[in-house]
Amino acid sequence: MTAVQPAPVAGLRQGRAERSDRSRAERRLGLLLSAPAVAIMLLVTAYPLVNAVYLSMFSYRITAPDDRRFVGFGNYTTVLGDALFWQDVFTTFVVTVVTVAVELVIGFGLAMVMHRAVFARRTVRTAILLPYGIVTVISAFAWKYAFDLQSGFVDSWLGLGDRAWFSGRWSSLSVVVLSEIWKTTPFVSLLLLAGLAQVPGDLGEAATVDGATAWQRLWRVTIPNMKAAIMVAALFRTLDAWRIFDNVYVMTSGQQRTETLSFLAYRQTITRTAIGLGDAVGVLLFLSVVLIAAVFIKGFRVDLSQVRGDR
Amino acid sequence: METARAKAMWIAVSLLILVWTVFPILWIVMLSFKRPGEIGNQRGFLPHTWTWENYRTVFETDLFTAALVNSIGISLIATVVGVVFATLVAYAIARLEFPGKRLILSFALAIAMFPVVSLVGPLFDLWRDVGLYDTWPGLIIPYISFALPLAIWTLSAFFREIPWEMEQAAQVDGATTWQAFRKVIVPLAAPGVFTAAILTFFFCWNDFVFGISLTSTDRARPVPAALAFFTGESQFEQPTTAICAAAVVVTVPVVVIVLLFQRRIVAGLTSGAVKG
Repeated sequence: MTAVQPAPVAGLRQGRAERSDRSRAERRLGLLLSAPAVAIMLLVTAYPLVNAVYLSMFSYRITAPDDRRFVGFGNYTTVLGDALFWQDVFTTFVVTVVTVAVELVIGFGLAMVMHRAVFARRTVRTAILLPYGIVTVISAFAWKYAFDLQSGFVDSWLGLGDRAWFSGRWSSLSVVVLSEIWKTTPFVSLLLLAGLAQVPGDLGEAATVDGATAWQRLWRVTIPNMKAAIMVAALFRTLDAWRIFDNVYVMTSGQQRTETLSFLAYRQTITRTAIGLGDAVGVLLFLSVVLIAAVFIKGFRVDLSQVRGDR
Repeated sequence: METARAKAMWIAVSLLILVWTVFPILWIVMLSFKRPGEIGNQRGFLPHTWTWENYRTVFETDLFTAALVNSIGISLIATVVGVVFATLVAYAIARLEFPGKRLILSFALAIAMFPVVSLVGPLFDLWRDVGLYDTWPGLIIPYISFALPLAIWTLSAFFREIPWEMEQAAQVDGATTWQAFRKVIVPLAAPGVFTAAILTFFFCWNDFVFGISLTSTDRARPVPAALAFFTGESQFEQPTTAICAAAVVVTVPVVVIVLLFQRRIVAGLTSGAVKG
């Protein structure tokens, strides 16, 4: 008996060593497989961001590289003290709030239709998906030309005569918002559709038996049960709308006080080649995105573990 | 249970949705068939006289044909490389135990929320220093990195559902490792990889910010940027109808993809975000 005893211990030890060898190999392979993707994501975001923070401390224009000098937070005080910046913040804010609110309502309606459609289910789903695939710039052109004085049909169809939509701030912005809504509502509706699928059907039936109206069922049963999906959709779309650029560029080029934050950052860095000042706007834009994400995740407790895919 | 009235309502709503989503596309198509001279004179929805003239203009303009080649080439290369990278990561996340797994997923999430415009200035600088400005790789690299998050989520959600034990089962039955992988795992994983490829391609095809900021000539400028810069064949002609013809040309492949792979796209967009 005593002679046999060491054997299992040795076996166990060997097994453990093997297992840790294997887990080490697994660890190495996991990191190896992730390396290319992580490396390229870091290259394009981390380094330029650090560089942007650094350059935002300088008064620096590409056209006059020799005049570059350190100004500390000077660019930031310039930007934050400028009425144009706050006007752009306000424009971006209004565009974001209106788009996200409208899209959640329409998106929910579309999701309900996709969920329950009895008529031409496949066709409806395909139609809803179409705008998602259309290039944003093309959507912008379509809506711009529809309202444009030279080419548009909207004025004559609505009997508005020669209403110049792009000559006023809020009328221009409403066309911009319309294009944004058309293009991105499908994404919202798909997220909400996935949420609808998670609402247990028997809950609704039980509520019906208890005498709840359709409206009560919607507000007391359906919506509370898909809160996670709604919040995820709201977060993604808020951040997306906050970065709105393509539509504004094509439709108004920021004329009539329709400039948004992204457009301001672009105009300073690329058009005016005022790198230092533009990077300061870019850094502020980045910080505002972080702030919005933090408010959603901490404040509204959006559960992103499902989004990230780690259950 | 559905009464006739409810059914009629559903049909009406479905038709309304169809009109809402298809109408702007139809409008672009109509504009593309109008004579350039019609813009500013006749403002209807339908063309006054139908013409192919704009399509001829578009394919005879180097600006557009070069942009089309750029868009197709850049988007396809970015899609292939991006999906390969995403597949590797997603496989590691679904199958292997290693530290930093959650960190990678959180990092991908952060990238998806990143304001692209904040990076344009520094990238513009960097690309000019290293000679990537106005080149294909100069666009391919940012496209890959910003398309990666969606591809990684879609694929890791998909890979988790694959019954990987079947690989061992096939080996027990006498298949070699390679056979087990090729005959069992590849067919199971292919639909997920394909979905990720469609979503990545759409992302690259749609880009505008990088397209206008990191290029300056025909060498690398993609279609959306070219459309925004196109001012017409001559200064006396409105560019509207030609822009629309070009827009129709780049929209056709998208519509075909959506029509053919509607289910896959829906599954891909929802699987990563909210588990259905």
